[in-house]
Amino acid sequence: MRRSRAREDVTGWLFVAPVVAILGVFLLLPILMAMWVSLTSWNGQGSPFKSGVPFVGLENYGRLFTRDDLARENFMISVRNNAYYVAIVVPLQTVLALGLALIVNSRLLKGKSFFRSAFYFPSVTSSVAISVVFLFIFSNSGALTQLLGFFDIQGPQWFSDARGVIHLLLGMDTPPAALAGAGPFGLSWWEWLSGPSVAMCAIIALVVWTTSGTFMLMFLAALQDIPVTLEEAAVLDGAGRWQRFRYVTLPLLRPTMFLVLTLGMIGSWQVFDQIYVMSQGAPAKTTLTPAFLSYRTAFRDFDYGAGTAISFVLFLIIVLLTLFQRRVMRERRV
Amino acid sequence: MRKLASTFTGYSILIFFALVFIYPFVIQIANSFKTEPDAAASPLSPIPHPGTLAGFERVFSGTDMPVWLGNSVLVTIVLTAGRVFLDSMAGYALSRLRFRGRSALFGAVIAVMAVPGGVLFIPKFLVLNQLGMYDSYLALILPVLVDAAGVFIMKQFFDSIPAGVEEAARIDGAGAFRMFWSVVLPMARPALITLTIISFQGAWNEFPHTLVAVQDPALFTLPRGLADLVSGSLGGGTQYPLKLGAALLATIPVAVIFVIFQRRFVRGANEGSDKG
Repeated sequence: MRRSRAREDVTGWLFVAPVVAILGVFLLLPILMAMWVSLTSWNGQGSPFKSGVPFVGLENYGRLFTRDDLARENFMISVRNNAYYVAIVVPLQTVLALGLALIVNSRLLKGKSFFRSAFYFPSVTSSVAISVVFLFIFSNSGALTQLLGFFDIQGPQWFSDARGVIHLLLGMDTPPAALAGAGPFGLSWWEWLSGPSVAMCAIIALVVWTTSGTFMLMFLAALQDIPVTLEEAAVLDGAGRWQRFRYVTLPLLRPTMFLVLTLGMIGSWQVFDQIYVMSQGAPAKTTLTPAFLSYRTAFRDFDYGAGTAISFVLFLIIVLLTLFQRRVMRERRV
Repeated sequence: MRKLASTFTGYSILIFFALVFIYPFVIQIANSFKTEPDAAASPLSPIPHPGTLAGFERVFSGTDMPVWLGNSVLVTIVLTAGRVFLDSMAGYALSRLRFRGRSALFGAVIAVMAVPGGVLFIPKFLVLNQLGMYDSYLALILPVLVDAAGVFIMKQFFDSIPAGVEEAARIDGAGAFRMFWSVVLPMARPALITLTIISFQGAWNEFPHTLVAVQDPALFTLPRGLADLVSGSLGGGTQYPLKLGAALLATIPVAVIFVIFQRRFVRGANEGSDKG
């Protein structure tokens, strides 16, 4: 009896061995190694674990927040850019996904599966390939500029336009005296309050367009789980369409809503592929994001310690915001 | 009358959004067959005037496209086969075999799915560099040969197969692997197809991993080659038929699979999301 128990242990672990080994070596081990590298100023030559590599303690982290230099400026700009990006992408893709799901789920319409596939297709294509297409659409005098021209709208030079949209909405080129002074972490208040640049808006449009389909499917699955009798009961009670949505459908979608917001937030804080292909952080650093900055710092500036430190700070931002979001959603339920 | 009006509104909205979602692909296809001046002058037009294959010819003669395609096909086949086989073996063990540490291991798999991949670029490079694997096919393949989400999908599916299946086979004296391979795995066909499709799609589209795994152009996959072809060339109308043609070649395989297996794709997306 005891022998067969041990044999089952061996068999079980043999089955999972490849997965355990690969995830261990290429996921767990890298995180531990990166923790060490983030405490050094390794330049990519030789092994970071040899004795000659300078140990700098927490300086790579401190530099991002306290020292007044280019590293901090770049990091803070990237955080600002990404924060505006998340603040627009997440609500927009969630509303669009829910809207599309509601239309596709409507019982009156035919050809649902065609439309469902059409909305979902962008989500499965290569992010690099689709970025190339949008680069063309948003190019100077490209497809979008021509389309806007039909409506007599003069489109901007998307990827060369570093102006922030909040600045544009205010109609101001230069900061008012009150905001010109230095704000937190070395950027002026005026810089913090720029909003996403016009160039970033093009990337936002691409991402909302590609990710809405995935989230639409999640809403659709949840909508199909809502019993028809519940809707019918609401109709009998004299509830209008908006009331049915507001008081019957929406509360039942709550768990899915939480999932979509959380996954959306986690995903959009890591935006990288589109930045790499479309803008590389330009123009004037307004599409720089922490994920891209960390890549650039390590692989182009050969400052692996600083690049790794940015990765860990980004990781921390994501964890803290996820916990915060969870807490807000829980409180509102009570 | 009111019903008619709301049906009309419904279809109008649907068709508007369908255009928004489909037309960029129409632009991509049409412009890859245009001449450069034509693409610059009328980028919105769905009909090339005149139509030409010059863009595609230059993709194959002027870029490393044949190399990228070859690498992408090789890497995708190995990754898909590896993920399907290894993920389902692990999923099977986590679902059906009794061994010490099983529930802790399943917890670890869930935890791995929660790690944001975007923060792992440099760490992965560090390991590849340390192991002397950087800039090799092994570096492109091995680190992404298994994925936790696939293990999770297979485990959930095996959970739904009744236990009696193995009881019947055990009497015949089949070993654990035989049981898995010839008895349970054939019953998991729907899940295997789903896993094959999402593995194929993920492997074919994989981009950031290639950035930290290889730098030799002879090892570039299609997304990596394409990214280097276009990145940095901001604005301007230069060589767009060529770039769009290359992007089209990167899109077609997944598009074909998508059209054939739409339902599997939809199911895969929702199973992957159950983890939350």
